[in-house]
Amino acid sequence: MDLSTRYLGLNLSHPIVASASPLSETLDGIKRLEEGGVAAVVLFSLFEEQIRQESAALSYLLDYGSDSFAEALSYFPRIDERTPGPDAYLDLIRRASEQTTIPIIASLNCVTSEGWVDFAQQIEQAGAHALELNLYTLETDPTISGTEIEERYFEVLRQVKATIRIPIALKLSPFFSAFAHFAQRLDQAGVDALVLFNRFYQPDIDLVTLTVSPSLRLSSADEIRLPLLWIALLHGKLRASLAASTGVESPEEVLKYLLAGADVVMTTSSLLRHGPDHARILVEGLKRWMEAREFPTLEKLRGLLSHSRIPNPGAYERATYIEMLESYRNPYF
Amino acid sequence: METTLEGNEAVAHIAYRLNEVCAIYPITPSSPMAELADQWAAEKRPNLWGDVPKVVEMQSEGGAAGVLHGALQSGALATTFTASQGLLLMIPNLYKIAGELTPTVIHVAARSLATQGLSIFCDHSDVAAVRPTGFAQLCSGSVQEAHDMAFLAQAASLQSRIPFLHFFDGFRTSHEVNKLTLIPDQHMRALIDPAWIRAHRQRALNPDRPFIRGTAQNPDVYFQSRETVNPFYARLPEILQDAFDRFARYTGRGYRLYEYYGHPEAELVAVLLGSAAKTMKQTVEFLRDRGEKVGMIQVRLCLPFSPPHFLTVLPPTVRAIAVLDRVKLPGSMGEPLYTDVVNSLMEHHESLASHGGLPKVIGGRYGLGSKEFTPAMAKAVLDELRKPEPKNHFTVGIEDDVTHSSLEYDESFQLEPDTVFRALFFGLGSDGTVGANKNSIKIIGESTPLHAQGYFVYDSKKSGSRTVSHLRFGPDPIESPYLIRSANFIGCHQFAFVEQLDLLQYAAPGATLLLNSPFGPEEAWDYLPRRMQEEILAKRISLYVIDASRVARDAGLDGRINIVMQTCFFALAGIVPREEAIAKIKESIRKTYGKKGEELIRQNFAAVDRALERLFRVISPDHPTGTRELPPPVPPEAPEFVQRVTAFMIQGKGDRLPVSALPADGTYPSGTSRWERRDLSTFVPVWEPEICVQCGNCSFACPHGVIRSKFYSASWLAQAPQSFRSAPINARGFPDTRYTLQVYVEYCTGCGICVEVCPAQSPTEPHRKAIHMEPKTPVLESERVNLRFFESLPVNDRSRVDFSSVRGTQFLEPLFEFPGACAGCGETPYLRLLSQLFGDRLLVANATGCSSIYGGNLPTTPWSANAEGQGPAWSNSLFEDNAEFGFGFRLSVDLLTQRACHLLETLRPRLPERLAEDLLHAPQNTESEIRAQRARIAELKGCLQSIGEEPARELLLLADHFVRRSVWLVGGDGWAYDIGSSGLDHVLASCQNVNVLVLDTEVYSNTGGQMSKATPLGAVAKFAAAGKPVAKKDLALQAIAYGNVYVARVAMGANPQQTLLAFREAEAYPGPSLILAYSHCIAHGFNLQYGMRQQDLAVACGHWPLMRYNPALRQADQNPFVLDSPRPRIPFKEYALRELRYRMLAHLDPAESTRLLDLAQQVVDQKWTTYEEMASWSGSQFHPDAGFRA
Repeated sequence: MDLSTRYLGLNLSHPIVASASPLSETLDGIKRLEEGGVAAVVLFSLFEEQIRQESAALSYLLDYGSDSFAEALSYFPRIDERTPGPDAYLDLIRRASEQTTIPIIASLNCVTSEGWVDFAQQIEQAGAHALELNLYTLETDPTISGTEIEERYFEVLRQVKATIRIPIALKLSPFFSAFAHFAQRLDQAGVDALVLFNRFYQPDIDLVTLTVSPSLRLSSADEIRLPLLWIALLHGKLRASLAASTGVESPEEVLKYLLAGADVVMTTSSLLRHGPDHARILVEGLKRWMEAREFPTLEKLRGLLSHSRIPNPGAYERATYIEMLESYRNPYF
Repeated sequence: METTLEGNEAVAHIAYRLNEVCAIYPITPSSPMAELADQWAAEKRPNLWGDVPKVVEMQSEGGAAGVLHGALQSGALATTFTASQGLLLMIPNLYKIAGELTPTVIHVAARSLATQGLSIFCDHSDVAAVRPTGFAQLCSGSVQEAHDMAFLAQAASLQSRIPFLHFFDGFRTSHEVNKLTLIPDQHMRALIDPAWIRAHRQRALNPDRPFIRGTAQNPDVYFQSRETVNPFYARLPEILQDAFDRFARYTGRGYRLYEYYGHPEAELVAVLLGSAAKTMKQTVEFLRDRGEKVGMIQVRLCLPFSPPHFLTVLPPTVRAIAVLDRVKLPGSMGEPLYTDVVNSLMEHHESLASHGGLPKVIGGRYGLGSKEFTPAMAKAVLDELRKPEPKNHFTVGIEDDVTHSSLEYDESFQLEPDTVFRALFFGLGSDGTVGANKNSIKIIGESTPLHAQGYFVYDSKKSGSRTVSHLRFGPDPIESPYLIRSANFIGCHQFAFVEQLDLLQYAAPGATLLLNSPFGPEEAWDYLPRRMQEEILAKRISLYVIDASRVARDAGLDGRINIVMQTCFFALAGIVPREEAIAKIKESIRKTYGKKGEELIRQNFAAVDRALERLFRVISPDHPTGTRELPPPVPPEAPEFVQRVTAFMIQGKGDRLPVSALPADGTYPSGTSRWERRDLSTFVPVWEPEICVQCGNCSFACPHGVIRSKFYSASWLAQAPQSFRSAPINARGFPDTRYTLQVYVEYCTGCGICVEVCPAQSPTEPHRKAIHMEPKTPVLESERVNLRFFESLPVNDRSRVDFSSVRGTQFLEPLFEFPGACAGCGETPYLRLLSQLFGDRLLVANATGCSSIYGGNLPTTPWSANAEGQGPAWSNSLFEDNAEFGFGFRLSVDLLTQRACHLLETLRPRLPERLAEDLLHAPQNTESEIRAQRARIAELKGCLQSIGEEPARELLLLADHFVRRSVWLVGGDGWAYDIGSSGLDHVLASCQNVNVLVLDTEVYSNTGGQMSKATPLGAVAKFAAAGKPVAKKDLALQAIAYGNVYVARVAMGANPQQTLLAFREAEAYPGPSLILAYSHCIAHGFNLQYGMRQQDLAVACGHWPLMRYNPALRQADQNPFVLDSPRPRIPFKEYALRELRYRMLAHLDPAESTRLLDLAQQVVDQKWTTYEEMASWSGSQFHPDAGFRA
């Protein structure tokens, strides 16, 4: 049974990849993921904004109260010119690359072009095998058009591509009006993989305290439909690898994504819920299913039900929607 | 190499390069030397010989001196830095070090000693106090000299074996920024003979060639042995002068032991040392150039004083000499330098025959406690010498209207050359004015040929403190060690100052005034007080305005006005061509923010560019148009002393107070802080009666005592102003009773803690709490009216208040109010609570530190009194002795109470039946019982007055002792864990009824964040830049080990009720009590608005387990150890990483940070296990004691 796959030009023993999560915040966590059986790890995201904010906070708090009172003209030891940076993150990459055998994929979220370039460079130098660009932004400025946002993606990709040599993945949100076209252009611009999809921060309202509260819910299996749809639609049409993310709970979702055409399947929620060893259950489930169906390799399975390979591609198009609506009404009216 | 440095750094630079061990203890104003040494060691910076010196912080200066002695005896080159009381604590070791002829240099930023009051400022009391120790004393008078003398002292000490005390003026030199030339390494190597160091090493203790040093000597040899050192001292002046001469050959900077300046045929000569010598030199040179035969001698080698060298430079024409000392030796024949000069002349009078006989010599004092010494004063001294009968033992710089020692001087005599640009800046500590000015000095001093000088004056408050920066720039070296009194440029960085300060009193005619103004060029004039307008017109001042706050905000740098004001200064001052100046500012911005990102650089650049665009000149009309008058410094209802004395100090005019105005023994009236309305915050809390649940949390947590509550009969409201708010009290049993929570808005610092602790929010407006912050201006007038009415309401009867609940204590009158502590201070709420609970019978011994500064720093102080005139009696002795000091209170109180009892027994037959019995035996546990006792005392006093003879008169004086007095020893962790720990330990073991309150900030807060033994493992502090490697000392367990000490660990933010309970139990317990109170602090590095939440997290993670150990329970065989907090529910790092003291290390060394935080978690876990186990013990498992001795 050959479960091997290629993602971002990397040879993986099977398609289960741990996506960015608190599990990859420490070396121990990464080792546990490796022991749990994942084929690669995407590290938690390095946020430029967080580093900048930290730097500003550090600078503010270091200076706060200084030069105010004759006896205490400062309150902290003068530290060297060092300011908060990605040192801890880079150190983690370095140690994880040295102490594990699986590929380490870094993840980066920046807000300035210098940030993308600087940090990408440092990440490459630290020994990451690949870099996932996490372009998570919630554009709330009504003066910014969709085209401008898309251009920003291309610009970031171009800049980072020009800076580093390791493969680059882009983690995307589904909210683009012409996603297929957008994906194709990214592919042409040289992206090595697309990760579908990022989950948006969607706050909740607390009825007791009457406050808007941050809420991060782990994904569930019923959320796989949208990524599944787009993986199926894009499979075979791009040079770039496709990674499926969101809603992987059991081997079933893994299989569905692979049948739709994913090169790898990423999961966070199931590993957080059940622990890193759950990766092995996913792999075993995949293996058992393939054995039962007599698929000797993953290649045979991948994309079997993708848009370009099924006889009725309309199933993935608007017709599906109409059918669904109709089927919803059907029994009772 | 030329650079600009503060004096402390100029000295530390040498001390670090030439030593291997620095043993230190923080004390103002010497601390920066030690901190720099520590920083350089942390950065692995090598000394002259390529080694990184060891820098160790000790538990006290006594400890540092012991280490110094030990390091020297075992062969290292070692030093220390200190001042004031610190130097005094070193005295025993100084004798030892000198007695053993051990070369070393101690660097002292000279500071006053605590006498009638503490002063952190400069005079030479400290160095004068150690004159007999055998240390040579070398004094420098400027930043350059301090750098050079630090080196020369070291060279001479190594060669001569005589230890040196090198001193320079605290603050005036230690904190002055000036341009100087550093001694290059090759010169240092050339001037320090390695043979001297080898000899020092060879004299060291060494088991390979053992000897004994430190013997006990008998009458047969001690005396002779003491005289053996004479030749060493005799040789020293020559050795030092030789070092000076060789130094001059290398550096071009020549010095003499006694340096003469002035007319070669001077008849009048002043002799003095330190920075004032520079002022005198300027004055003498000015007068000499006008043909006057005056001169002066700057003394560098003070000890051993060398008459031959001194007399060599004294002009033979001299007729009269004035010797100035910056120290007072009460009752002496004269101060040290004066007596040295007189003795020199007397002992060598024969050799003075060529001088035309002995000149007349007078001595005088100047500059005590950093009193200014100006050219006008220098001139007055020389003028005095012209008189046929000049005043001896004079003072200059003050008005002594009691013993009439002072010389008059003409304030208008100034020596500011036109070539020197002089700028004064008025700012707030928080607005970055000082930092910007230090940066301007660096820019000009290091990138132009100009010389620069900066000196910064801070006020005595820790919140909302004002700063005044004095900057001079000129083509020649600037040696003007006095404040600017004729400025070409005035920068006012806060518009509010126009109504608070006399900004233009020191403006020179034709000066420029730059005002940060929310009002534009068309309207700003109208907002200036009339007196200021008059001054602008009279002095033809050019007025410019810039809305710096807006420019900063627009550039994305909200609140950071410093870069804007700095740009405008450069643009207007014209010291450097504008374009060049702007380029240099931008270069400096790039240097400062280079690693923080382009965005920050862009924002700062934008601020610079926009500053220039929005800088406007105001065209003044030709006559004043204003109607605004400056408000009086204190309200008219303030007491006489406050009006007559305090008001001057509040206005910054305390220098004008004559001797007669001030108390002779340091006794000041209590409760003066209420007369200083500092108007600090633009946002203040506003109370919403409809939402409020009347829990009292806000007033309980308020660090500044500005939130008060009262309940009162509804009938009072008939006279209430319309804006006065009230609500029905929500307690049963109080019909027709109203409740009001009043905010004293003019005293509020705007810290916001009250809002954070308020649990009540509007059900319909979720962001609106029962107390919330609002702009002050719209509510100011109505709140003033409300406050007047609130104060007219009766203070709640203490016997009707529930002392056992937080809710109840809000009705107790605070007798600690409006301290000048940091906004959001974590210590002050505990002191306010202390004053509320026991204030009317409280004695406080306060260790030096933050609490003694906000508790006792003039001009106004917070410990106050109630309407009956009773309130906390407070005093500060020293830092190191507070436990013993307070213990003395206890002994005295007990003794006098005993005496009163004895007298009462004697008088019993003449008193009403039962009165004496009740006075002696009535319980005094509750407030009503104490009130009953006070009534008995009143009755007793009446009786005693009618008896009218001894011993009734004596008992009349002591009768108040029949009310149980509450003795509290208060201080911070620096005192309790370090410098005062042995005293505290001893007092806790005394069985006496003293209550100790440790305000534990886990760091030396007052001196700027140095590590103490209370600093937790993993936290970064000065002297623990790599994170403290060992756990905090568990003082609670140490005290519990005695068995009979009541111990509590409290954190108000986590459990105010437990805090209250602990205070009451401690006070009720008739033996020693210790309360360790978690106090969040500015030195923890987070927004103090969240201080109480952070306290809660400290408890939640188990770092600060709340507990009480009550020996009274053990005596009843119950478990005295009660754990008041639940099991840790969050990891330690969840609490820790919210504070900069822990986060810093995460940035500097992430792996080490992780390691230390893991260890810190282990500490927490182990401590909790121990505590949990102790909580399950029976009473008999704790140490027994034999009962109370008291």
